[in-house]
Amino acid sequence: MTPEQARQMIKDILREIAPDCDPDTLPGDADLRDSLELDSLDFLNFVEELAQRSGRRIDEDDYPKLATLASGAAFLAGS
Amino acid sequence: MPALGADMEQGTLVEWLVKPGDQIHKGDIIAVVDTDKSAIEVESFHTGTVEALITPVGETVPVGTVLATITETEAEPARPGAAEAGRPGAVEAGRPGAVEAGVPAAMGAPAAAAAGPAAMGAGPAAVEAGRPAAAGAPKGKRAPGKRAPGRARPGRTPAPAGPAAPVHSTPLVRHEAGQLGVDLAAVHGTGRGGTITRADVEYAAASRRVRATPLARRLAAELGVDLGTVTGTGTGGAVREADVRRAAAAGAPAAQQPPAQPPAAAAAAGQAPHAGEAGRPATAGRAGTAGRAESMRQAIARLMARSKREIPHYYVTNTVDMGTAMSWLRERNRRLEVSQRLVPAALLLRATALAARQVPELNGYWGEDHFVPGPAVHLGVAISLRGGGLITPAIHHADDLAPGELMAKLRDLVNRARAGRLRSSEMTDATITVTNLGDQGVESVTGVIYPPQVALVGFGKIVERPWAVNGLLGIRPVVVTTLAADHRATDGYTGGRFLTAIAQLLQRPEEL
Repeated sequence: MTPEQARQMIKDILREIAPDCDPDTLPGDADLRDSLELDSLDFLNFVEELAQRSGRRIDEDDYPKLATLASGAAFLAGS
Repeated sequence: MPALGADMEQGTLVEWLVKPGDQIHKGDIIAVVDTDKSAIEVESFHTGTVEALITPVGETVPVGTVLATITETEAEPARPGAAEAGRPGAVEAGRPGAVEAGVPAAMGAPAAAAAGPAAMGAGPAAVEAGRPAAAGAPKGKRAPGKRAPGRARPGRTPAPAGPAAPVHSTPLVRHEAGQLGVDLAAVHGTGRGGTITRADVEYAAASRRVRATPLARRLAAELGVDLGTVTGTGTGGAVREADVRRAAAAGAPAAQQPPAQPPAAAAAAGQAPHAGEAGRPATAGRAGTAGRAESMRQAIARLMARSKREIPHYYVTNTVDMGTAMSWLRERNRRLEVSQRLVPAALLLRATALAARQVPELNGYWGEDHFVPGPAVHLGVAISLRGGGLITPAIHHADDLAPGELMAKLRDLVNRARAGRLRSSEMTDATITVTNLGDQGVESVTGVIYPPQVALVGFGKIVERPWAVNGLLGIRPVVVTTLAADHRATDGYTGGRFLTAIAQLLQRPEEL
């Protein structure tokens, strides 16, 4: 997965979880949970979708890497 | 129309999921109702056959209005009514909501199962009497809720149920019917053998509503127009929007008058939510998110104001070391797929449910002048909605659920709350409520109790703090737990026991 594809995947999922927000307007380094007001269950839904669509195992220790669009895309695109 | 929460006054029927002749079981979802807060799936309180759907789709009706009639299955081995004696519905006749004209929190309907032909959603009949919507109805004041709530009631159309021919009633009842101008032939008797009782007549008089479209009804409430004075030009003389506008333009002075009951009656009702209702525009049934957000705000405002007005709150607070619990959680989650993982909130809810079982004095309702214990631990969870507002559905029998099950229920509940698909029992059954503002980053929350419950538990964010253990200072994750409790029901000592129980339970996460 390229970083651009990963970024797009993150945005798609965020749009489903927080339909009232537009991830396109989000700066790459903005904290997703804070700016989109995701609670812990939203975030769990986010991680679950991400793991499913990317086919990648995501551990709790990886959660900090999913904090922003940029870091999340880098994490998913990395092998 | 059942009261789906103590703050609900009216609802709009959005969809019927059954039709006359259908066999239904207790707990089946039979209709979808739109409230100030959310679309709610209404479950049947009875097992039987749907006889008639009385409230049409799209209509906004006050709590207590008959939605449909259901003929109960005769051969039910265990009468649902009997089985339900211990459920909240049964005790709710004694709950504050039930005796308040304005807010019949009592669903009433479960109790209805005890009586023959049951009417869905029939609540305390008097509810309708004082409402603006029931314009033109005689303002016969009788103590609402006095009457056994939830028996079959006449619909606005002549009741389809019941024996057609000879009308049974007593002379006294006939006299009253004459005075109120009620045609006894159109009244459905709920007494022994279908006898028409005085309450039936009063109900019929009160529910003899003006036919009007929902839009007209809403507009009339907003403009302060008494629907009873409007000449309808719609089908069957139904009042339409244009009729209301015409009446408002014609009778400007009258429009200044609140359309409600005489002041004396309002004072007699004595309950502020009701008294305050007179000049308030109708709120339910508004389409669109903005309207929903606004009406939800108003519903929350009414309920919370009532709580602070009536409930003498006391508060106790405790800071709990979450070190053991967090390590345990981390270890557990490491082995699991994302969908199986627990969030700390699941442990907090689990500990709360068990503590509520240990300290049952905080799990239940405040009745007229005494505490009514909850039939089980139904844990209300405050869920904030996107776009604003808050809803507090219940997780049933939360104390019987392992953390994993509780977590699954919680996720399901949050998803459905946000999608607007909650069920009626979830809206009415909570015996104690939890608010968890930890995700918003605050350290503690001191809550406002949801009447008629007697306790609200608050959890803040789990934060790392310097913490002394065995004479040594270390860094530990801690959470501030708070309890707001009704001082009429319990004293601070009991509240303290409860928070201590939560703290102890959280030290042994593997036993949760």
